[in-house]
Amino acid sequence: MNARLLPYILILPVTLFLCLFFLYPFVLVAAQAFTTGDGFSLENFREVVGYWKFPISLKNTLLLAAAVVPVQLALALLMATMVNRMRRGRDLVLYIWTIPLGISDLAAGMIWLAIFEQSGFLNTILGAVGAIDRPVNFLSYQHMGVVFLAIALAEIWRATAIMLVILVAGIGLIPKEYYEAAEVFGAGPWQRFRRITLPLLRPSLQTALVLRVILAFEVFAVVAALGGTLFPVLMSETYAYQFDLLDSGAAAAMALIILAISIASTLVILRVLRVPKGASI
Amino acid sequence: MSFRCHVAGVVSAVAIGLSATGAQADILFWSTQAKPVEEAQAMREQVLSGFSGGVDYQPNDGGPWLTRLKAELESGTGTIGVLGALHGDFAALDPDDLIDLDDLGVKAASETFNTLARLGTDHMQYVPWMQASYIMAANRKALEYLPEGADINALTYDQLIEWAANVHEATGEPKFGFPAGPKGLKHRFFQGYLYPSFTNGVVRTFASDDAVVAWEKMRELWSHTNPASTNFSFMQEQLLSGDAWIVFDHTSRLAQAFNERPDEFVAFPAPAGPKGRGFMPVLAGLAIPRTAPDVEASKELVRYMMRPETQIATLRATNFFPVVDVDLPDDLPPAVKAAGDAIARMSAAPDANPGLLPAGLGDKGGDFNRVFVDTFERIVLAGQDIRAVLDEQKQRLAQIMQETGAPCWAPDAPSEGACPVE
Amino acid sequence: MTVTPSTDTRRAGRILYGAGVVLLCAWVLGPIYLLVVNTLSSPETVNTFPKPLIPEFDTGSLRFFLEFAGMLSALKNSVLVAGLTMILSILIGAPAGYALSRFDFRGKQAFRMLILLTRAFPLPLLALPLAVMFIRTGLDDTILGLALVHTTLAVPFSVLITYSLFSGIPLELEEAAWTLGCTRVSAFVRVVLPLILPGITASAIFAFVISWNEVFAAAVLTIENRTLTAFLLQNLDTSPLHLKFAGGFILVVPALIFIFAVRKYLFAMWGIANR
Repeated sequence: MNARLLPYILILPVTLFLCLFFLYPFVLVAAQAFTTGDGFSLENFREVVGYWKFPISLKNTLLLAAAVVPVQLALALLMATMVNRMRRGRDLVLYIWTIPLGISDLAAGMIWLAIFEQSGFLNTILGAVGAIDRPVNFLSYQHMGVVFLAIALAEIWRATAIMLVILVAGIGLIPKEYYEAAEVFGAGPWQRFRRITLPLLRPSLQTALVLRVILAFEVFAVVAALGGTLFPVLMSETYAYQFDLLDSGAAAAMALIILAISIASTLVILRVLRVPKGASI
Repeated sequence: MSFRCHVAGVVSAVAIGLSATGAQADILFWSTQAKPVEEAQAMREQVLSGFSGGVDYQPNDGGPWLTRLKAELESGTGTIGVLGALHGDFAALDPDDLIDLDDLGVKAASETFNTLARLGTDHMQYVPWMQASYIMAANRKALEYLPEGADINALTYDQLIEWAANVHEATGEPKFGFPAGPKGLKHRFFQGYLYPSFTNGVVRTFASDDAVVAWEKMRELWSHTNPASTNFSFMQEQLLSGDAWIVFDHTSRLAQAFNERPDEFVAFPAPAGPKGRGFMPVLAGLAIPRTAPDVEASKELVRYMMRPETQIATLRATNFFPVVDVDLPDDLPPAVKAAGDAIARMSAAPDANPGLLPAGLGDKGGDFNRVFVDTFERIVLAGQDIRAVLDEQKQRLAQIMQETGAPCWAPDAPSEGACPVE
Repeated sequence: MTVTPSTDTRRAGRILYGAGVVLLCAWVLGPIYLLVVNTLSSPETVNTFPKPLIPEFDTGSLRFFLEFAGMLSALKNSVLVAGLTMILSILIGAPAGYALSRFDFRGKQAFRMLILLTRAFPLPLLALPLAVMFIRTGLDDTILGLALVHTTLAVPFSVLITYSLFSGIPLELEEAAWTLGCTRVSAFVRVVLPLILPGITASAIFAFVISWNEVFAAAVLTIENRTLTAFLLQNLDTSPLHLKFAGGFILVVPALIFIFAVRKYLFAMWGIANR
């Protein structure tokens, strides 16, 4: 096979596929964002950006991503290294840790609401151990910090497994000899992690981060369940435009703004965690 | 190599896809109402099972409901036979996309409803299907804190606030509950209850001095409201859990509480303000999209839905009341009885000030609601100055009325042309 | 050279390690356990406070769903759609992942952006033009049609995951195989494919789960061939609490069974990978 043509042949199926099922509808929808009645206009963007909730939802979305993603990355790395050196029960532990993958965000929102609501499990437990004498209202507008924390916890619980699975698969590819050699030279666990695991895991780290960050900007169902109307995020505003206000132009504009933010942060991650051509070894 | 696999995969997939499509002639009943799984099941088993043809009842969220409908209209071929939705949902559609239903021979007992159903045209665009309203409900434990001399069936807003304050003081917790969550129907409280009761209007009086008083009262009430209300969308849940003792909501969103523990809760009319006891109906309708595969069968189904016995079955299944004249049987579920009594008292009250549903807003119904929700969030949640917020939101409201040209509806005084914001 | 740690520190480390594993397991399982408690509670109990922390094994809510008409065929549809999505997204995604990791070609950056774009735009906004297209082409209300949409959602995962894993496999390994007389294809099949199996499994899990839990497209694009999620989940938020939890639970179980079934492939090649 011609080596120059080979990559194109390999990406052809997925490109054709995405052109048909993503790009085509995407272009139609994106065009709506730039039109209002009479031809090209940026009116939709002006409208959504000028709405008083826009800065709040932008801030909320970014803050949440900034709080959640680093914790998830650290946690996923920790879990992946723990699984890696496990001798017994590896299967079972990994299975347990990946369970949240199978739980939709709607269901996750339900579960965590049942924990944090006033007559929920957290109050039950706190009451049973005598920490409080009456149920506390965690999710109220007076305690925005707690609301934020609750949402962040639920997101960390729900979506860390995505990173974990990618990292576990990546760590599995690092040859054991490297660690053995390092041990012979007296490298401690921390040094082995920093000098071997992290650099060799770079491609997987990059993928895990990019996917997770993009998904973090689209966070919606869990936030709606726990934050109610208190915690508007970009995606909830997008849906409000599309389905409550029936303004698909404005919704498309919002979605394009989210898209721009996603692309910008993706480029940053790709740059910071650049993967050398071919192999990283 | 993998490309060939790919092709093979697609081919086998097509086979699966085709084999799964069986021939079925059921009428697809595409609805935004009766969504909770139990209600949907009751619709299928108790309401639609009596229809001679097959019916596939599928309730959906507004998003998928509208997306699917629009796709069918746009492509010109459809599977949806009958649409079930709220007045506001139909108002947002192009009347040309709905088949005129004048020749059906069925309509609501109320001419007001039948007029609404024309959607500003000369023909019936949908048939009124069922109705409900918003009422108050309380845990019996709260009754002992009723202010002295207050009649629960003729409360004023001041008494309601005092009552909520008493409960707050006695229990140490704010126990008024309000559906201010993402799916909550809070805007209806402002449009149909608070504003009419205090200002005798909704649009004209939006930024009036009376409206300032109304929002001050709302703030007072909010100080005794469970602050988690911004998460509440179905007050039956908080009634049952005890997180709220006195609540306002849609009758069907309170039903579960009454049906599960009928002895623990009472239903009663909404309170009255200086301008009377404002309240508002909920109206759902049935329509046939122009893309319906078998219009005659769809019409037959609509006729069936309007029969008195079907209407009573629907009442049992969904807690929505009939729109045609029927004799209600005695063995109705507790929720229906409780809500029915409260609505009857509300309508028969000497100071009743019934409002109408917004009409003529077209697809701006969502924007209209947003004006009220934003006003609430800014005044009550964010604590901004009432006058300033009202003057700002007024611009938006005036713009919506101008764009749609919607004339005033009760309790606003009638207008020539677009309803003015004064 | 550091001093060899004493047995005491080593034991302390082991205990810390064990405690960490147990703690993390509890963190994941705790909320699931509470879901089970609520699922197996009577409607009255779900609404009480304080809440019981031990299930009372009331199966009423679960039975409500199991008696729901059409559950079985919806379950079948969900499995078919998710399975098809899985196969499609790997078949078309993995070659692209390989190309990204092994070749420098013009348009590579644009291609990567296309892949990422797909994941960064909300599907509910695309549903209308897609539905119109599907109705016109007859893909509407078919298992295949929905699987195609779900593949769009899953394929970025499969491209990127396989890309990152191919990048972790030294090119030299493949080259060595070529010098030993393998063709490019047979080197790939014999050397690279076994190494990549855990990654394929990872993206298969993603594809399955994404498709399984997707509500919006499923609700719009299937009518008679409803998936379980479209059937249950989209109306759950308006349903009474006890049914909310039971419905949520029913949806979770098949996904968990699936992950359990494929989990061993995540490790299947452990020995080889660690040569």
